[in-house]
Amino acid sequence: MHRLLGVLILLAVLLAPGLARAVSDPAEMLPDPAQEQRAEEIGRQLRCLVCQNESIEDSGADLARDLRRIVRQRVAAGDSDAQVTGWLVDRYGDFVRLSPRFTPVTAVLWLSPVLALALGGVFAWGAMRRRAPPPPLSPAEQARLAELDP
Amino acid sequence: MISRRWLLGLPLGVATLGGVAFWRMLGGMRQGTFDPRGLPSALIGKTVPDFDLPAQLPSAQGFSNADLHQAAAEHPLLLNFFASWCVPCIEEHDQLMALRGGGLPIWGIAYKDQPGAAADFIQRHGNPYQRIAADAPGRVAIDFGLYGVPESYLLDRTGIVRWRWAGAITADVASRQLQPLLQHYA
Amino acid sequence: MIPELGHFALALACVIAAAQAVLPIWGAWRGDARLMRAAPALAVGQLLALLAAAGALVWSSVVSDFTVLNVVQNSAAAKPLLYKITGTWGNHEGSILLWALILALCGGAVAGFGGNLPSALRARVIGVLGGTSCGFLFFALITSNPFLRVWPPPADGQGMNPLLQDPGLAFHPPILYAGYVGFAVPFAFAVAALIEGRVDAAWGRWVRPWALTSWCLLTCGIALGSWWAYYELGWGGYWFWDPVENASLMPWLTGTALLHSAIVVEKREALKVWTVLLAIGTFSLSLSGTFLVRSGILNSVHSFANDPARGVFILALLALVIGGSLLLFLIRGPALASGGMFAPLSREGALVLNNVLLCAICAVVVTGTMFPLFAELLAGAKISVGAPFFNATVLPLAIPVFAAMAVGPMLAWKRATLWPALQRLWVGALVALAVGLFSVVRWKLLPGLAFGASAWLVLGAVADIGQRIRFGAIGLGASLGRLGGLRRSAFGTAIAHAGMGVTIAGIAGMSLASNSIVLLHPGESTHLAGYTWQLDALEDGSGPNYSARIATISLLEKNGDTRAILRPSRRFFPLQQQTTTDVAIRTTGFVDIYAVLGEERDGGAVLRLHYNPLAPWIWIGALIMAAGGALSLSDRRLRVGAPARQKAATVTA
Repeated sequence: MHRLLGVLILLAVLLAPGLARAVSDPAEMLPDPAQEQRAEEIGRQLRCLVCQNESIEDSGADLARDLRRIVRQRVAAGDSDAQVTGWLVDRYGDFVRLSPRFTPVTAVLWLSPVLALALGGVFAWGAMRRRAPPPPLSPAEQARLAELDP
Repeated sequence: MISRRWLLGLPLGVATLGGVAFWRMLGGMRQGTFDPRGLPSALIGKTVPDFDLPAQLPSAQGFSNADLHQAAAEHPLLLNFFASWCVPCIEEHDQLMALRGGGLPIWGIAYKDQPGAAADFIQRHGNPYQRIAADAPGRVAIDFGLYGVPESYLLDRTGIVRWRWAGAITADVASRQLQPLLQHYA
Repeated sequence: MIPELGHFALALACVIAAAQAVLPIWGAWRGDARLMRAAPALAVGQLLALLAAAGALVWSSVVSDFTVLNVVQNSAAAKPLLYKITGTWGNHEGSILLWALILALCGGAVAGFGGNLPSALRARVIGVLGGTSCGFLFFALITSNPFLRVWPPPADGQGMNPLLQDPGLAFHPPILYAGYVGFAVPFAFAVAALIEGRVDAAWGRWVRPWALTSWCLLTCGIALGSWWAYYELGWGGYWFWDPVENASLMPWLTGTALLHSAIVVEKREALKVWTVLLAIGTFSLSLSGTFLVRSGILNSVHSFANDPARGVFILALLALVIGGSLLLFLIRGPALASGGMFAPLSREGALVLNNVLLCAICAVVVTGTMFPLFAELLAGAKISVGAPFFNATVLPLAIPVFAAMAVGPMLAWKRATLWPALQRLWVGALVALAVGLFSVVRWKLLPGLAFGASAWLVLGAVADIGQRIRFGAIGLGASLGRLGGLRRSAFGTAIAHAGMGVTIAGIAGMSLASNSIVLLHPGESTHLAGYTWQLDALEDGSGPNYSARIATISLLEKNGDTRAILRPSRRFFPLQQQTTTDVAIRTTGFVDIYAVLGEERDGGAVLRLHYNPLAPWIWIGALIMAAGGALSLSDRRLRVGAPARQKAATVTA
């Protein structure tokens, strides 16, 4: 198995089939690289709604392409990141954000690392807790001990 | 000792809660109340966005949101996004004709469709629409929060969106969801 | 005929599994040696029956027997032979059969390799495996029967999706399942130990090889899936925090924790409760992953045909297996006597830290994956949790893990002092710091952290070996002598930890990848990453069932020499009306050069070009990790375990 994989990896050209995805069009990129970069970063935070778990930047779907165009139009028009995202959220709801905002509902989600560590800490403390030493022997017990083990 | 019991019981507790939750989810999926893939509309309870679209067919008339508002004042109406290239649209067409026959005004917007293709579609399957507008670039659809076709929006008499259905309207959807709403907002 | 035999074999396996579940455990409870001895035989019997069933299904697919519904839905006469065979497990029914087969293989392996186990323990382990198998086979027979027939048979099958005909996709499921399902054995050991009421050093030693084997296979399975996504999807991504990917990562994280925790049980008889819980938890996560994918609850590319009815059945199965074992844990947990004490700063303490962090990461992944479902169920809110969330939350937890990974092996058991351990790592620390700072300045913070962590891990592994051979403390000759005498598991540990470093370096390199999307006409070129990429030609091509457009791209160095030639293409399959994209990748082992052909316009073509430094290291690192694990596995000390006891004594064990 390792050898087969090694051969595959070292092969000069690796051809593999994949569903046709419309490669993003260079024509839709913004002329200003800084703006294009910004648009891409905004796009990476937005979910492609007709895909399974992809951002609009990664997806080849028509709707994703339309949304990418809109993001670029708004960036070129001077909107801030929050405004561009807000424009889409107004129309599609919060679901279009790939990274949810911090709200009372999502608080437990964003705090989960801290909560998990705290819980783990409790378990760890439980695992390492020193057992209380046994209570001291009563005089009668001590006498008995002396009998058994002079 | 008591606290140790609690800690040992925690995994079972979490698993039980999870199990109950998943059971409710499965039940909801079968009834249609829980849909992990569905997307609620952001327009519910609001008026339709501003737009003004041309006619899709020479025989039909284009319309704007003001026209919609005016028409809805007389009777709740259904706004239906469709396309000739969309297979579920053909499936729901008969249902739309039936709804039209039942007295529901339906206005259509053709999403990213060629004029000729839409005309063929209407000719072949019948015309339930009072007006048909063309949204060839698909921008107005995005203003509605559309993510596929067909999608239908029910407007009440004040022009507010009360219901959105993504996908083909089946007889079941029409009777269980749409009819009660029509009676409510009549 | 053959499908009917296969169907019968499946039912037979279910019956044997039921017997396997009941008889040995009854025998162990009663001390009945005969019943306990029956356990291996039953396990092997079930395995043979399932092999027959699986063989029948594969046969039906190979000969294109279209009276079998499963073959009709998933195969076609013109499908290449390899994919007829491997496509058997590419659908829901076939994959459930594969699950059951691997579960039976686990039982057979315990039967075959568990000769040194006390008879009662072995009987209980096989019994638990039998119970799980029985549940799965019931599920298969009732809701997911691969041997359903259709009459009259159609002329041809429906399953010629070109996207699924790919070697990576073909072999990814069996390896992944072997890892997933393999954790059933540690699970069975844990439940058996709870029934017996005893977890001791011997148990820890017995569990470790099984956990290690599953871990190696799961590591390979996840890496293979990631690699497949990379060369398949055309934009150089390799991990998407997709719910099903997460479902395979979760058992990996707890499985890693289990592996390390079992060491403490073996060496110090401590952390028993924790280890048992991890063993139960890892398999529970595997099972839950199966449930989520097949019930339609999760939104994912991987989701099989979604059927809530099946979901209810699996949920019931989960309730029995997971609920039952956790209930047993609650009842019998206190019976597990606590073992050796240790100071917080010690090898055990470091392993506890490792466990806590890995489980915290797992908890975060679980929360992120499940949150949308629970938010919708409880609050009616539609929220999506994607890659940005996971990247932001997992990374801060992962960094302490990497830091501890190099220090842990240096600490003494029971009570350690930190400074001597750190002193041995000073070279590694210095280099890591230098590499990290250089990367931060040259590029950005994230690659800096990653490269630094990578250097830290690799050098830490070297330092670990160095410390064991007392390098620098005794003469060079003596050190080298020790090197030869070091046990394999010591090398295995170091290699596996170093492998993680290699993977992190690969991830860091990929974060520095550059790409370019251009429209080129033949003869035109563009520049990326210091090379000139020239589109030489756009030609037609064809295959047995497709027509293609092939681009020839030359990669030129600054002096004009041709570094490589890439031929990405797009294939159109007229029968399925589908177009697929063939990515062209050329790798040097240090860099992946990657080209995708897009649409054509006005005589030119849209090309997506990628320059991915260190990309291969992501998967090579995973292979190294698995190799380290395999090396540890080959250490006789690990596998021999406690000496074989006298037969008479085992009856009362």
